[in-house]
Amino acid sequence: MSARGAAAERNSGMKKTTEKRKNREKEEQQQEEEELPMFDKNADKVGHLDDTDEEKEDLSDSEESVFSGLEDSGTDDDDDEEDDGDDDDDDDGDDASGEEEEEQDEENHNKVEKDPAAGETSLTPQTEDKPAKSRKLKKKKSVTSGGDEEEERGKSERDSGLKISSQVDEYEQDTSDEEDIRNTVGNIPMEWYKDFPHIGYDLDGKKIFKPIRSKDELDEFLEKMENPDYWRTVQDKMTGSDVRLSDEQVDLVHRLQHGKFGDINFNEYEPAIDFFSNEVMIHPVTNRPEDKRSFIPSLIEKEKVGKLVHAIKMGWIKPRRPKDSAPLYYDLWAKEDPNSILGRHKMHVPAPKIRLPGHEESYNPPPEYLLTEEERLTWEQQDPEERKLSLLPQKFPSLRAVPAFTRFIHERFERCLDLYLCPRQRKMRVNVNPEDLIPKLPKPKDLHPFPTTQSLVYRGHSSLVRSISVAPGGQWLVSGSDDGTVRFWEVATARCLKTVEVGGAVKSVAWSPNPAVCLVAISHGNTVVLMNPGLGDRLILSATDQLISSYEEPTEVKDQPVEWSLAEGTEHQQGQRLILTHPRAVKQVTWHGKGDYLACVMPDVSSNVQVVIHQVSKRRTQNPFRKNKGMVQCVSFHPIRPYFFVATQRHVRVYNLIKQELTKKLMTNCKWVSSMAIHPGGDNVICGSYDCRLAWFDLDLSTKPYKMLRHHKKALRGVAYHRQYPLFASGSDDGSVIVCHGMVYNDLLQNPLIVPVKVLKGHTITHDLGVLDVAFHPTQPWVFSSGADGTVRLFT
Amino acid sequence: MGGLQKKKYESGSATNYISRNKARKKLCLSLADFRRLCILKGVYPHEPKHKKKVNKGSTAQRTFYLLKDIRFLLHEPIVGKFREYKIFVRKLRKAYGDLQYPTFIDALRDVDDALSMCFLFSTFARTGKCHVQTIQLCRRLSVEWMNYIVTSRSLKKVFLSIKGIYYQAEVLGQTITWLVPYQFAHDHPTDVDYRVMATFTEFYTTLLGFVNFRLYQTLNLLYPPKVRDTHTLSAPGSELTNAYLLQSLALFHWFLCLILSFSHLHPCSQEDMEKMEARVKAQHEQDKQKKLFEGLKFFLNREVPRESLAFILRCFGAQVSWDKSLCIGSTYDAEDETITHHIVDRPNMDKQYMNRYYIQPQWVFDSVNAKMLLPVEDYFLGVTLPPHLSPFVEEKEGDYVPPEKLKLLALQRGERPVEEDEEDDEEEEEEEDDDEEEEEDDDEEAEEEAKLKEMEEKKSQGKALPVKVTPGKVKSENRHRLEQEEKAEEKRLAIMMMKKRDKYLYDKIMFGKKRHVRETNKMVAKRKALDEASKADRKKKKQKKQ
Repeated sequence: MSARGAAAERNSGMKKTTEKRKNREKEEQQQEEEELPMFDKNADKVGHLDDTDEEKEDLSDSEESVFSGLEDSGTDDDDDEEDDGDDDDDDDGDDASGEEEEEQDEENHNKVEKDPAAGETSLTPQTEDKPAKSRKLKKKKSVTSGGDEEEERGKSERDSGLKISSQVDEYEQDTSDEEDIRNTVGNIPMEWYKDFPHIGYDLDGKKIFKPIRSKDELDEFLEKMENPDYWRTVQDKMTGSDVRLSDEQVDLVHRLQHGKFGDINFNEYEPAIDFFSNEVMIHPVTNRPEDKRSFIPSLIEKEKVGKLVHAIKMGWIKPRRPKDSAPLYYDLWAKEDPNSILGRHKMHVPAPKIRLPGHEESYNPPPEYLLTEEERLTWEQQDPEERKLSLLPQKFPSLRAVPAFTRFIHERFERCLDLYLCPRQRKMRVNVNPEDLIPKLPKPKDLHPFPTTQSLVYRGHSSLVRSISVAPGGQWLVSGSDDGTVRFWEVATARCLKTVEVGGAVKSVAWSPNPAVCLVAISHGNTVVLMNPGLGDRLILSATDQLISSYEEPTEVKDQPVEWSLAEGTEHQQGQRLILTHPRAVKQVTWHGKGDYLACVMPDVSSNVQVVIHQVSKRRTQNPFRKNKGMVQCVSFHPIRPYFFVATQRHVRVYNLIKQELTKKLMTNCKWVSSMAIHPGGDNVICGSYDCRLAWFDLDLSTKPYKMLRHHKKALRGVAYHRQYPLFASGSDDGSVIVCHGMVYNDLLQNPLIVPVKVLKGHTITHDLGVLDVAFHPTQPWVFSSGADGTVRLFT
Repeated sequence: MGGLQKKKYESGSATNYISRNKARKKLCLSLADFRRLCILKGVYPHEPKHKKKVNKGSTAQRTFYLLKDIRFLLHEPIVGKFREYKIFVRKLRKAYGDLQYPTFIDALRDVDDALSMCFLFSTFARTGKCHVQTIQLCRRLSVEWMNYIVTSRSLKKVFLSIKGIYYQAEVLGQTITWLVPYQFAHDHPTDVDYRVMATFTEFYTTLLGFVNFRLYQTLNLLYPPKVRDTHTLSAPGSELTNAYLLQSLALFHWFLCLILSFSHLHPCSQEDMEKMEARVKAQHEQDKQKKLFEGLKFFLNREVPRESLAFILRCFGAQVSWDKSLCIGSTYDAEDETITHHIVDRPNMDKQYMNRYYIQPQWVFDSVNAKMLLPVEDYFLGVTLPPHLSPFVEEKEGDYVPPEKLKLLALQRGERPVEEDEEDDEEEEEEEDDDEEEEEDDDEEAEEEAKLKEMEEKKSQGKALPVKVTPGKVKSENRHRLEQEEKAEEKRLAIMMMKKRDKYLYDKIMFGKKRHVRETNKMVAKRKALDEASKADRKKKKQKKQ
C-alpha cells in the first residue's frame, strides 16, 4: 500500500485523467458487449460469461468487494465499500473517492443494462457452482439504477469535484422505481393538499385533481358490507384513488407482517460457506494475478532508503541504544540521622508481620494434625472467616507430589489490601495473670468459728419446709412445712418432740425472742396461731399460760381488722393458745425483740392493710400504714431502736414507729427482694433477692448497698444474721448455704470486712427448690437450714 | 461565668484525624491515585481510640487517616505533578524509600513482604499480567538477595509448607521471613486487582534494590554484582554486558553460582569469624550451624527443586552440583567419586554408588532446622518420611508438643534415641500405673460414700438399724490432698468476691485456658489412637510374615 499510496500521491492528477479515459473506454466496450444478450434473451451462457469478465475487473478494483459479497444486503455493502474507500483514500482527497464512485456507478449501470436478461438467470441453478458470484449478482439486482440520464447527472456532479454522499446517490438510482407515478409533489405529507381540489402536479406541471369522492359513512358501511374485496382495498394517497391489492401483494403484506422476507424464494438459511478458513486450499480464492506494480521496486522507497543509508554513513543517525530499564540504586540511608525523624514517624505503626506457619501447614505434618472426616466436613461448612485453620492440612508422601498452592496469589493480594486498607492501631496487650485478679482475702482458717460440716439432719417432714426458728435458749427448734404440720425438735439430738397438725401449709414460724415466755407464732392460711409448745422449763410454760389467761377485755371494744380468739378443745391440748384470723393469707410473722409485738405480712398490692402489728399482751392489732407503697415482701423490727423495716420488691423502707415517719429508703439494686435480716447491732441490713444477689447495707453509710454479693447461682430464699458472731448466712435455690464473715470495725476508717468463709451443701434440689430458710443458733456458731427436700440440717 | 463556650469537635482527637474521602478531596486526587500515593508513601489508616469523637458524633463506618500524614502528602511536591505519571514515578523513586523509612533498619524490618512479592513476581510467566521488565527486575533483585544471604550465611530456618517454601534469615539482627512458591505455572485468578499488586511491586522493587545495595555494602561487595570471567560462557560474543545477562533468566543461576565461588574467598567473612569467636557461646552454636554442611558434596537429581536446595545447601557451606544438561552452573558430574550425598526424590534409582547416601530432600530441610546433621537412615530412598515439623513453632508450657519434636530435642541434647517399641511399652506401663492409683483412690471414696448413703436411707425409712459396734478403722488422711482441697476452696470463695468486671475478664481468661487444654488433650488422644492403630497394623503384618 505504501508504494501504491506514495505513487498515487505523486501523480494523482495525472492518474485521474488517465483512469477516467480508461473507464470511458471500458464503458463503451461493455455497452457493446451487453447488447448481445439484449437481443438474445435465451443466451444465458453468454450473459453469464460477460458477467464473469466484469466480475474479474470488479475484483481487481478492490478485494473488499469479495468480502462484502458475503453479506446479505446489497445496499449495505455499497455503503461499506464506500466507507472503506474513504478510509483508504483519505490522503488522495476528493479525486480518489470520486474515482471509486465512478467505478461503482459503472458497475451499477452495467447491471441495470443487463438486468432484463440476467435477472432470471441469476437465480437459475446454473449459477450455483459459483456461489460467490451468484450472491454478487443478487446484490447487484437489489441495487437498481436509473437510466442514462442519471448516469450523466452523476458524472457531471463528479466532475464538479463534489463528494457525493451515498444516500443521495442511492436516491437518484431509486427514482427509476417511481417512474410511473404521475404526481410530482415528491415525498411530502399529503395532508398539505387536504384543502385543495387537486392532489399534485403531473409531469407537465398540470394539476391532478382529486377523484370525486362523495362517500359518507353510510356509503362506506354499505361498501364494507357489499364489497367482498373491501378488506384488500387501500387508498393510494398520492392519487387519491382506491387500489385493490392483488393476491401476490396481499401475500407480501402478510409475509412482511410476520417478519419474513418479502421474496418468497429467498432462502435465509443458506449454508454458510467459509471461504477464508484455516484450511489451506490448493487453489487461491481469487484468481486475480498480481499487479504489475507489485513487481517493480518502489522508487520512493528506494529514495527514502537511500537517504537513510546516507545519513547512517555520514554518522547522522546512530543505532538506538538499548534502553537500560534497570533503576539505579545508591546508598539511600547514607546520611541517616535518627534525630531527624519526623513527627509523622513517631506515630508510625509498623505493619504486623504475617503469621508464621505451624506444623499443620507442613507438606508432611504429624498425623494428628490432619483433620478427621467430621472435622473436615465442619471445616468446609464454616465461613472462610470463621475457620480456625486457613487451609486444609494435607499429607504428601514425598516432595515431588506437592502441587502448586492455588490461592498463593490471592493471599499475596489480600496481604497487599491489608497493608494499605486496614486501619492500624497500637494495642497494648496486657498480659493479665488471672491469679492477680482474684482479690486477696484473709484466709477462712483465720476467721473461725463458723459452721463447716453438716452434723445433723432433722427428718420427718413429708413436704418442703418453709420456715424454721430456734428458741431463744437454743435448745429447741421449730419448723413449719407444706404438709400442714409444725414440728418441734431438740436441737442436740435431732429428735422430733412434738408434731402439731395445724390444718394448712405453714408459711412461717417464729419463736418469741423473750426468754421469759415460751410462745411460737405460726402462720397458715389466713390465721396466725400463738402456741405454747410445752417444752422446757415448767415455770416459763406456766408463766406463758398465765400471760395469756390474765388478759382482761377492755371496756371499749375497738373495731379491729383481726379477730382474736382463744383456742379450745383439742387445739388447746396441742398447745395452741390464741388464734388470730386475718382478712388474707399471712406470709410472714416476726417478733419484736421484746417479745410482745408481732408483725404479720399479708402481701397484696391492692390493699392498704398489708402489714399489721399485734400486741399480744393487750390483744390489740394496729395497721401502721395508711398508704400502700407496693407489695410488701417481708418486714422486720429493729432489735434496739423503735424502727420498723419494710421490704417491698425493690426497696427497703425504714420507719420510725414513734415519730410515725419514714426515716430511710434503701435502694437494694435488686429486681425482687425475697428476704431480709438485720444485724443485732442494728447498723447493718442484708437483703436476699430472687435475682441471685445479696445486698449488704451499712445504714450509717448510705442508702445504697455497700457490697453486692453474687455468689449464689440461683435465687436466694433466706438470709440470717448470727446474734453474737460476725456471721451471716444465705440459702439459695442452688441447694447451698453460704456463710460469710461480715465484720464491721469500730474504727470508721477501716473498711468492713466481708468474706465468704464456707459453702455448705447438703440439701438436694427438689422441684427446682433448694434451701428455703436459714437460721443461726443463738449462742453457738451453728446454722440451721430447711430445704425443699423436707429436711432441716444443722451445720456446725 | 467567663470564657466562651467550647465547641464540640474543634479540638482534641477530632482534629487529629481526617476521613478518607475528606483527605482525598483535600488532595484533589481520584481514589485510584490516592491509593497509589498511599501505597508508595506508606500512609495507612489509623484506628482512633474514640471513634465517635473523631467521627463528630456519628457512628458511621469510616476510615481515618492521621491529619499529619495527609498534610505531609499535601506538602509533597509530587502531588502537584501527579498527572504526569512518569515524572511522578521517577521522582518518587528517589523520594519515597527515604521518607517512608527514615532508617535502614526500619526498611529492613519491612522487607518481608517485599521479598515474598518479588519472589512471586519473578515466577510469573510473561503473560501480560505485568510488564516483562518488572518480572526481570524482580528476578534480578531476588537473586541478588539470595546471593547476599548465601554470602553472609544468615539463613536460619526453612520450612516446606503446602503453600511454598518458607525461609527465615537473620540479617543485621532483624528476623526476616519470606515465602517462595513452588515452581509451577500460576493460574491467575480473575478476582485479583493486579493494579494494586503492580503498585506494590513497584514500591517493593525499589525498596529491595536500595536494601540490597546497602547490604552488599556491608559485605564490601560491589553492587550491582558483575560477572567477572565471561569467557567461560559459550554465549555469542565476548563483550557480554551485564544488561544482556540480566535479560536471560536462565543465565541467572549461573550468575549466582559464579558469585558464590568468589564469595567464599572473600576476606570479610574471616574477619567476621574472628569477631564471632570473641563473642559468647551462643554465637559458637550459630557458627556451627553456619558450617553445617561444610565439606559435604551434594548432587541434586533432576526431579528435586534445584534452586531452593542449591540455595540452602550453599548457605551452609556445601558444594552443590546437578546434571549438566539441566542447567548451566553444574560444577561436577554425578559420576564424581567424592560426592557424599545424592538428593533424590524418586522411589528407587537404577545405578547407585556405594560411597554416597541417597537421601530425600526433606533431610536437608530437617537438618537445617535441627541445626545438626540428622541420621540419614530415616530419609533413604523409598522410605516413609518422618513428619516435617515447622521450625517456627515454639511450644510454651502446656502446649501440645508432637512426639517427633521431643525426639528431636533429645537428639539435640545428645541423647541416643532409644528403640522405639521399648520406649512406647514403658510409657504405656507407667501410664497404666498412674491410672490404677487414681482409680484406687476413687474407689475408696466411692465405697465410703455408698455406705453412708445406705445408712442414711435406712434411717430415713425409719427402720431400726442393726446396732453393732465394729472396731473403727484408722482413716489415713492424705494431708497433702486435704491441703490442696482447702486451697482450692479458698480460691473458689475468693472468686465469689471478685468484682463484676474482674470476674468477666477472669472468666474469659479461664475459658481460653480451658479451651487450650482441651485442644491439647484432643491432640494427645488423637495421636495415641493413631499410634495404636499403626502399631496394630505392624503387628498384623509381622504375624502375617511369620
